[in-house]
Amino acid sequence: MGCPGADRCTSLGAVKGTMMGLDVDWVIAWARIAAARVADERTRLSDLDRAIGDGDHGENLDRGFAAVAAKVDSIPDGASPSDALRVIATTLISSVGGAAGPLYGTAFLRAAESVAGKPTLDSADLAGLLDRARNGIVERGRAQAGDKTMVDAWSRAADAAADAAASGGDEAAVLDAAANGADAGAVATEPLVARKGRASYLGERAIGHRDPGAESSALILRAAADAATRE
Amino acid sequence: MKRVGIVIVSHSVLIADGIVELASQMAPSVDIRAAGGTDEGGIGTSFDKVTAAITDADSGAGVLVVCDIGSAIMTAEAARELLAPELRERVRIANAAIVEGTVAAAVAAEIRGDLDAVDAAATAAMPGCDSAQNEPSLVAPRASAPSTYVRTVTLINADGLHARPAAEFVRLAGTFAARVTVNGKDAKSLLGIMSLGLLKGAKVDIAGAGEARDAVDALADLIESGFGQTDSSR
Repeated sequence: MGCPGADRCTSLGAVKGTMMGLDVDWVIAWARIAAARVADERTRLSDLDRAIGDGDHGENLDRGFAAVAAKVDSIPDGASPSDALRVIATTLISSVGGAAGPLYGTAFLRAAESVAGKPTLDSADLAGLLDRARNGIVERGRAQAGDKTMVDAWSRAADAAADAAASGGDEAAVLDAAANGADAGAVATEPLVARKGRASYLGERAIGHRDPGAESSALILRAAADAATRE
Repeated sequence: MKRVGIVIVSHSVLIADGIVELASQMAPSVDIRAAGGTDEGGIGTSFDKVTAAITDADSGAGVLVVCDIGSAIMTAEAARELLAPELRERVRIANAAIVEGTVAAAVAAEIRGDLDAVDAAATAAMPGCDSAQNEPSLVAPRASAPSTYVRTVTLINADGLHARPAAEFVRLAGTFAARVTVNGKDAKSLLGIMSLGLLKGAKVDIAGAGEARDAVDALADLIESGFGQTDSSR
């Protein structure tokens, strides 16, 4: 399950030792690491938001991820990665507040749907998960790459993950590529004029400021990569 | 037949409550629920409030959700997506102005329109205070045109052509395929008709092409009947 072909799984397993793929423990570790990073960076995220938005992005996200961290503790044994992703999604939607709640919630919800029924996730599954998550944000926020939103981070992340998976990268390599892509995407929002969200009211005054949603997306996707290489 | 319910999702508790108050006056039998503000009552939207309001507003006939700006729509969409599939399929998110759309939707629900009709009523109520006035008037049939059939009647009921009588009038007009105008406005447009501000005693021209004669007569008769209102009742 989750293996496009037995040969490919075997060869990846032999080379990288990740034949089993990532299981629900990776999802839970991702949630915990993300919660810790968001808590640490809360003030910086809100400062970014204060420059071009309403200044509550860090606080909102911290509230949401703190709730997630508490919730993943009670995920039962035998839960699938999809089950855990769905818990994260619903918790974020109901506890983040602001636009970030439904956006991140939708990302995790689509991620959960994309790997439904799979006990472990291989690199292709991860690339697919990130692609679906990105598409969910695009659809929910009606934003495109280049609009100076979190789509800029997710879009580069999903594209980089797809490239890494296509060129035979293992799970950790796919997630690392995604995190690097998200970082680049977040930095790339700085020179842009915003076309969505509150920052779009500022016109050219938004130039020079990094989008807080893109920045938090980069933090969260870095947490996903670090969760895969923990231990 | 059960009525479609309506949920108002606004960033503000006061806006959501105010729209419920306004729309309920025109559509007293419709279950209209407010989902305004965050869980703490601040500015924002609450997934849990929206989900609860949708669930409560549904009587089996479905729910139309009307939103204000930005993340209200996103929250409503996320809430809809996470409803039980059976409820989800009868929940619709309107692409409509929150005040005008809700009022039009509420009246459509009051007269037992189905979810399609209620949604269409909300969408047709375009944004802007004077939208109804700006609505393109149908080309009024020229009196001299031999095919035009016009009846001029006087409003005798207390409310005039407003609120519930207007809704009843639009509902009757909707049962005819023919195009009929009321002082130049489309007889099937609730907001168009209400924008005329026709009070008791006003003279009303009901007009249509020759083949619309039955529709014109039925609508003129309804006005002359006083909508079943006696002079002093509401």
